[in-house]
Order: sequence, then C-alpha cells, then structure tokens
Amino acid sequence: MTSFHINGRPVAINVEEDTPLLWVIRDLIGLTGTKFGCGIGMCGACTVHVGGRPTRSCITPIGAVAGAEITTIEGLSLTGQHPLQKAWIDLQVPQCGYCQAGQIMQAASLLKDFPTPSDQDIDAVMTGNLCRCMTYVRIRKAIKQAAAEAPKAAING
Amino acid sequence: MSLLKKLLICFVALGSAGILGFFALAWRPAIAPILPSGSQTFAPELIAKGEKLAGGGYCAECHTAKGGKVFAGGYAMKTPFGVLYSTNITPDPETGIGLWSEAAFARAMHEGVARDGSHLFPGFPFDHFTKLSDDDVKALYAYFMTRPSVRAPALANTIPFPFSIRAFQAGWKLLFFSSGRFEPVAGKSDEWNRGAYLALGLSHCGACHTPRNLLGAEKSGDTYAGAVVDNWIAPPLTGANPAPGPWTEDELYSYLRSGVSVLHGTAAGPMSPVVQGLSALSESDVRALAVYFADIDNAGYRSASADLAVARAMSYAGLGIRQQFDSDARLYTAACASCHYNAGHVPLAVRPELALNSALSLPDPTNLIQVVLRGVSSEEGMPGVVMPSFERALSDADIARIATYLRRTRTNLPPWSGLEAKVAAMRRQISASQ
Repeated sequence: MTSFHINGRPVAINVEEDTPLLWVIRDLIGLTGTKFGCGIGMCGACTVHVGGRPTRSCITPIGAVAGAEITTIEGLSLTGQHPLQKAWIDLQVPQCGYCQAGQIMQAASLLKDFPTPSDQDIDAVMTGNLCRCMTYVRIRKAIKQAAAEAPKAAING
Repeated sequence: MSLLKKLLICFVALGSAGILGFFALAWRPAIAPILPSGSQTFAPELIAKGEKLAGGGYCAECHTAKGGKVFAGGYAMKTPFGVLYSTNITPDPETGIGLWSEAAFARAMHEGVARDGSHLFPGFPFDHFTKLSDDDVKALYAYFMTRPSVRAPALANTIPFPFSIRAFQAGWKLLFFSSGRFEPVAGKSDEWNRGAYLALGLSHCGACHTPRNLLGAEKSGDTYAGAVVDNWIAPPLTGANPAPGPWTEDELYSYLRSGVSVLHGTAAGPMSPVVQGLSALSESDVRALAVYFADIDNAGYRSASADLAVARAMSYAGLGIRQQFDSDARLYTAACASCHYNAGHVPLAVRPELALNSALSLPDPTNLIQVVLRGVSSEEGMPGVVMPSFERALSDADIARIATYLRRTRTNLPPWSGLEAKVAAMRRQISASQ
C-alpha cells in the first residue's frame, strides 16, 4: 500500500511497488491528462510534478513516491489559468496536443527555477520533451510570453 | 619414558592449557534474567531521550527487516564472512530483550556481550557504542523496554565454521577492541567534542566510512578514509574527499539536516537512513557533527576554493545544449539535463549540480551508477522529491556513455574504465536484491 497526495487529494494505492506511477495516475486514479509516450523517460510526455519537481512518471516506481505531493496537468491550476496555459491558448501552441501536458508541466518548473529563461535555459530544460509535430518554436514563444506575464499576474494578485 | 614421549606430553599439556586459558579469557558470565517486561517503569523524559538517541544511532535501520516490524530484527547484513541477521530488540521475553536487565543491556552496548554471556559479532557496532555515556545507555534501555513486544525468533546466521564460534570474538576484541567511554579532547571546543562523541559513538560514522581489515575490524590508521559498503562507496570524510567543493561546516550541516547541499548534492543509498535518523537529534547536535567533520576534513584550508569550484562547475553549464553532433551529449541532455541543468553563478539545490557531485569525482563510478539505476525515492535525500529509476529505461551501454561523457566534460579526472561491465554487474546485483 502506497499513500500520497495527488492534486491535493490523499490517495492510497495497493499495487506492486514497481508499478510505474503513470499507470497508477491514468488507470487507477483516472486522471488521463498525463500521457504515455516512450515508456523509458526519454520523451517527457508523462511529466508530472513530484514534490514540485518535474518527474517522468513512466519510469518512477510507485513505491518511490510514498508520502509525496504529486501534481498533474489537471492540478496545475484549478481554473486552467496558469500563465503557461493562457500563453498556450493565446499562441495556439498545440498541433496534435499529445505531448503538451508534459511540455506544460516541464515548462512550469522551468519558470519556477528560471523566471526569465534564456534560450539556453529553455533548450537545456525542454530538450527532454519531444514534440513530433515540431511545435518547438511556439513552445519557446509561449514560455517567454508566460515569463513576461507571470510577474504582472503576481502583481495583479 | 622416552624424550619424545615427554615432549609430546608437554605439548599436549601446553596446548590444553592454552585452549583452557583462551576459553577462560573468552568466558563471560550470564546475567540473571529479570521479570518479564511491564515490571519496570521509566520516566517519560528518559524514554523520550532514548527515542532521540535511537534515531541518532539508526537502531531501527539494522534491527528491522525489510517489511518487518520495527526493532524485531531479521535484517540481513552481508559481510565477507557470511550473512549476519540482526536480532530482535523489542522487550519480548523469549525472542527479544525482555529478560535483559539494564546491566545486561549496558554490557552489550559497552562490551559486545549478550545477556547469556556469549560474544556478539562486531556487525553490531559495540566498538563505537562502548563510547556512549552511562546516562545515554540508560535512556536507550528505557526506550527499548517500552516498545511494543514483537515475537520474532532470531534467524540463523550463515557465518561458516570456525568464524561462527562466538568465543573467538574474545580474540578479535583483544586485537581490535578497546572498551571505554568517550574522553573529551582537551583544546577542542565543547561543540567539537559533542560532535566527536556522536560521530565516534552513537552515530558510528566510521562503521561505514572507515575501511576494514581482513578480520572485519576498522583499520585504526585509516579512520574515515572511505570504504565500500552495501555496494555503495562511503566517500572519505577526511581531506582526501575528492568532491570539488570543500565540505565546510555549513555544507555538512545542510547535508546532514536536510539531506541535500548545494555543493555536494543529495544523500542517497545507505546515507539516506543516516539523514532520517539524525533528524531525531537536535539542531545543536547536528551542528556539532558538522563542526567536528569540518575540522576532520580540513575544510578551513579549502574553504577559499569553494567559489572557484562553483565558478568552474557553472562554466560547464552550457555544454551539450543546443544542436550538436556529439551523441553522448545528446543522450545526457535528453535524459538528465531537464533536472540537472543549472545556469547563472550558483547552482540551485533542487537541481543537483553533477559537476560538483561527489559521485562524479570518486575514483570508482559505483555511486553514480547506483543512483542512475535505482533513482532516489521520496523518502531518501531531499524529502518528497524523486529521481526516477533508469534501470528499465537505459541500457548498460547508455549509462556507460553518460558516465563517460560527464566524467570527460565535467571533471579533470582520468576516465573510468570497464564501465559497461560494471553497470551490468550492478544491474544484476540490484535485481537480485529486490
């Protein structure tokens, strides 16, 4: 039995300890915003936050997250108004959309660590998140727009 | 009577006297059992003190089997001599220490002798606990005697004959063990001495960080020189520690208190229960440990080099980013950089900087491979934060490539050899242990 919080809600899951966190999030908890991509932590589609840090859930065994606070794309903002989500809609970033939950979760932690990211920061932190539709140019633009927006949003309360 | 016969009788007599003498030396009396638990009462403050000390000595770590009841023993310690199972230290009268008087408990802690008079193997670090004050031992006794009783018979050790003969431990003790409480070192501060008391006694740091001789005793001339423990490297705690940044008092304090430090990274593997255990100790105790080890490792002489080490590490930050043809760099960037990349003048604690990490600067790649294969769970290192396990994600060759790449681009040290085979061996060892 592994207990943890997901999007602020306590859950207790009874599966083998080596079950990937992604399986639990999608199949047992039923939050399907997080996607399965490569299954080996190399594409970033399954990125969620564990303890506020971006984490590839497809290679994270459930036994490793005991007691942790997990946030998925559904919990990033209760109203869907995270500066990144707004920028994403504004710039119409997605094409097929499959990788976007992972992209946004990874970008959210990028902005937390580097509030005004340089191109190098974006390249380094976002390289592990692949987009087969090649929306990279719009992703970069949206990250910069959200970064510019974020301090204003904070000021506006 | 022929001369030969006389000589033979002489030899037999001497031999028998020797054996008798040895067993007389080895013999320890049993200490009378006390009435089963419940008959003794302890002051709540004493129990609370014992609880803190039990944390700072990580008693639960070795006296609890995986998935078992706490303090009920059965944890397997793999030694070069065979497997040693820890014992039940709950107050169960038949299988635990319920019949042990305080004198019997104190003798076990200070002399390594069980209540029945048999010698304990040094897998139990009595060579450290002998330094504990009588008051601390009293508090530990009060704590253990008030734990819930668990019936859990001892498991049979797999130590082969003749090492299994406990009386021989008397010889071991004669050679390697000196009994006696901690003596403060004159000329050192009270804080330093408190740290030394904890490090040498209760927290038994040398048990992992000091190399052992062929008979399993800590080498007295090599205190804290670093050693292999449970398939991890316990790095040197002396000036020989190869981490690029010095282990200053603040770095040590941050690492021991929170499981992570900016210049050295995250406590993982066998070091994570140490951080968890020390969390029971007060801030001043952990600070005292930091003061003691900052002196042991000569941080004072190296502290000026901290800025230099950080500046050098940060100059590597942009390596491997952006389009390029080095496939090793691409693999590193895709698999590791999203979490480990840093920018600016100082790394972020939540982004462990690999260029500063001990795992990359040790002569042996074991710790780096361990962390990549196993990951770091929410209960290890930085609480609530996870590194995924790349065991099923990266091949032996991939992990070897990443390790080679990091060592080549983030240090000035010679390359590691035989990496792929080493990864394969550690992968086998990890899956066998699961």
